[in-house]
Amino acid sequence: MIESIVGSLNAGAIYIIPLLLVGIPLYALAVKKVKVYEVFVEGAKDGFTIAVRIIPYLVAILVAVGMFRASGALDLLLGLLAPVLNLMGFPPENLPLALMRPLSGSGSLGLLTDLVNEHGADSMPAKIGATMFGSSETTFYVLAVYFGSVGVTRSRHALVAGLTADAVGALSAVYICLLLL
Amino acid sequence: MLNYIWFGMIAISVVAGILTGRIEAVTAEAINMAKTAVEISIGLIGIMALWLGIMKIAEASGLIRIIARGLKPITIRLFPDVPADHPAIGSIVLNMSANVLGLGNAATPLGLKAMEELQELNPKKNTATNAMVMFLAINTSSVQLIVPATVVALMGVAASQIFITTILATTCSTVTAIIMVKVLQKTRRFRLEDES
Repeated sequence: MIESIVGSLNAGAIYIIPLLLVGIPLYALAVKKVKVYEVFVEGAKDGFTIAVRIIPYLVAILVAVGMFRASGALDLLLGLLAPVLNLMGFPPENLPLALMRPLSGSGSLGLLTDLVNEHGADSMPAKIGATMFGSSETTFYVLAVYFGSVGVTRSRHALVAGLTADAVGALSAVYICLLLL
Repeated sequence: MLNYIWFGMIAISVVAGILTGRIEAVTAEAINMAKTAVEISIGLIGIMALWLGIMKIAEASGLIRIIARGLKPITIRLFPDVPADHPAIGSIVLNMSANVLGLGNAATPLGLKAMEELQELNPKKNTATNAMVMFLAINTSSVQLIVPATVVALMGVAASQIFITTILATTCSTVTAIIMVKVLQKTRRFRLEDES
């Protein structure tokens, strides 16, 4: 049953964007007589300014994350955390992914690929990893891009809240998979 | 906060890089990532323009206001500082819908639009408001109904098994994010100065 729900959801997903692209202008033009072409171009102009505005913030965050990853500091952190997380029943195979997920989207996708190749897609580490990957976002990237786009530098409690949610997400991914699968 | 974490990551990286003998790789990655950051930003221009254009049509036709009004009972609790009929609420709701449906490409432009509109309500432009932090935390905890296409491609048939687990795990993290934001925004360390 779940398979068919997933199948139809993912099959339906390919129609969502085309439907939005045709549906919104259709409603605007037919019901509200909006000059759709002119309004579209007006809105699209902001795309450039916003994209350029986030560059310095993204450089700052991605450089720090890249250095952290390349230096082996992430491995050191893994070594420190491993004993604590082992006590909590956290599978060691999934620890690198859990730490990488908030830092780097491409990095964590790479680790998930490793898990699938090494253990097989049907294995528990791969399923836990995929759940972790799907249930969380690249917190540092989102923070840099979203706050950067409006020039907010004092992010207050956003990072603490985001990282706590990531930690709870990773732990619940483990326990939910072990419980249900 | 970010000042210390940012500097801390760089400082730890340099020290760890020297200790592990990987300092050259650290330098190379710093330069490489600086380049990647620009490529990502420039790559966003086209998608941003497309969705911001469509959004402008949705706004001009009043669609956004209709959607915002429909979800008022939820948004008024999550974002009490934002007037319920403010355009920011419409963008926030659309961004969340795009996330739920797994439309990552559409979610970012909608999210940035929401941030811009939240910034209009912000008296101190360099400091995040409560609404901004809430919006960001919900975004980073990723509300998702559809397993990302990359994961489906990677997992094959097994992808259907992680459908439910992903929804449950993401619900846990989103609820945590909301609670954390609500609790932390009142603490002395994080509250806005004019609130006491």
